[in-house]
Amino acid sequence: MWVSPPPRTVLRRATFLAVSTPPGPVRRSYLDTASSEPLHPAARSVLDQALEHGYADPRRLHGPARSARLLLDNAREATAEALGVRPDEVTFTPSGTHAVHLGVLGLLAGHVRHGDRLVATAVEHSAVLHAGAWHAARGGTFDTLPVDRLGRVRAGAVAATVVCVQSANHEVGTVQPVAEIAAATDVPVFMDACASAGRLPLPDGWSVAAASAHKWGGPAGVGVLLVRKGVRWRNPFPGDDRVDERTTGMEDVPAALAAAAALQAVVADRSEVNARQAALVDRLRAGVARIPDTEVVGDPVDRLPHVVTFSFLYVDGEAIVTELDRRGFAVASGSACTASTLEPSHVLAAMGALTHGNVRVSLGRETTEDDVDRLLATLPEVVAGIRREAGL
Amino acid sequence: MTSPDLEIDCRGMLCPRPIIELARRLPEVPVGAVIAVVADDAAAAYDVPAWCRMRAQEYLGADEAPDGVARYLVRRTAGG
Repeated sequence: MWVSPPPRTVLRRATFLAVSTPPGPVRRSYLDTASSEPLHPAARSVLDQALEHGYADPRRLHGPARSARLLLDNAREATAEALGVRPDEVTFTPSGTHAVHLGVLGLLAGHVRHGDRLVATAVEHSAVLHAGAWHAARGGTFDTLPVDRLGRVRAGAVAATVVCVQSANHEVGTVQPVAEIAAATDVPVFMDACASAGRLPLPDGWSVAAASAHKWGGPAGVGVLLVRKGVRWRNPFPGDDRVDERTTGMEDVPAALAAAAALQAVVADRSEVNARQAALVDRLRAGVARIPDTEVVGDPVDRLPHVVTFSFLYVDGEAIVTELDRRGFAVASGSACTASTLEPSHVLAAMGALTHGNVRVSLGRETTEDDVDRLLATLPEVVAGIRREAGL
Repeated sequence: MTSPDLEIDCRGMLCPRPIIELARRLPEVPVGAVIAVVADDAAAAYDVPAWCRMRAQEYLGADEAPDGVARYLVRRTAGG
């Protein structure tokens, strides 16, 4: 007879300790929501319930499976409604990156008779560029479109089989002319909407799009692939036998439902939240511009409401992120010294912007004027200190 | 190939060090003179032109040092 082993704790206690919280009464401001937004309260309450009822394989015929199927259909319908698309255009994927890869390569596969030329803006997320490199390594061609000083690609016709245009830039916030490009050409448009989905309505004209739940306050591990009705899309990967033939593996049903709940809440609140965040970003832009030898990058008006990026001349990106973290501010940087490679941000490089000393601040729902003012009070001293240490 | 009045060797330096060296040594040459920055750091290709724009200096372009390392040329203007 098989005897089950005694229960034992698998996770070590240290797993649960936060590693970056400094000792002492430092007030923490999380200003990196463009990397990942904290779980929305609406998602948390749904997640707890859905974990209880959404564990079964939605394809099966028994009661628990029907419950899971119901929750999955519910998640799909709520996501479709919030994004303004049809439920059968929505696929849940294991990540935003995977949705991008499925979207770009699947659109190419669907149009293989028309050619193999993939074109993308030079400021796309690396997920799109990686898909392009994958396509090129398999004999296709991949080229990029230049952008102006604000990071915006020119609106107009593009000679390509598939063109990738992000809804808005994830590093500098500039909104891209997706609808204008789509209107000027017959070429199908893949739109990476990860940076804007939920926050801004999706523009018109795209054929396939991708989004990522943890960017709007859903759980990580939920990507969304949108394929418009009638668009020729073919699975570029081996595929799977699922309720939804476009997906890979069994959907995380509770997480998808939580993501949908967060998305609904974000869409419902966005006019108020966006206005508040845009005003705080304006305040940040104006304040930061007063620090000597500073460049504020991205479009000041036609942009994401919650993102602002600036670069300080002579400042090491890693040093400023570390110094700000010590003072309670969590921010991101596109500078080479903070990246896993020695290459600086391809977005800043394509814009002709300064690539070192870069800081990206992205606001959350809860970010207050006090958070912004404390950051503005802290930055001049931090920047001056790093410059002083550099011998300037 | 432009013959610089001053060449700064920034081989092996990571960003933003080459730009800091450029700024520190700019006063060593008169207005109108050319400074060359030899740097193998990838960011220098973007940051030397960006520095010129921000500090109102004239970026002349890039060529290569004899060992193949990139060399960025800057003309000092009255603006700096």
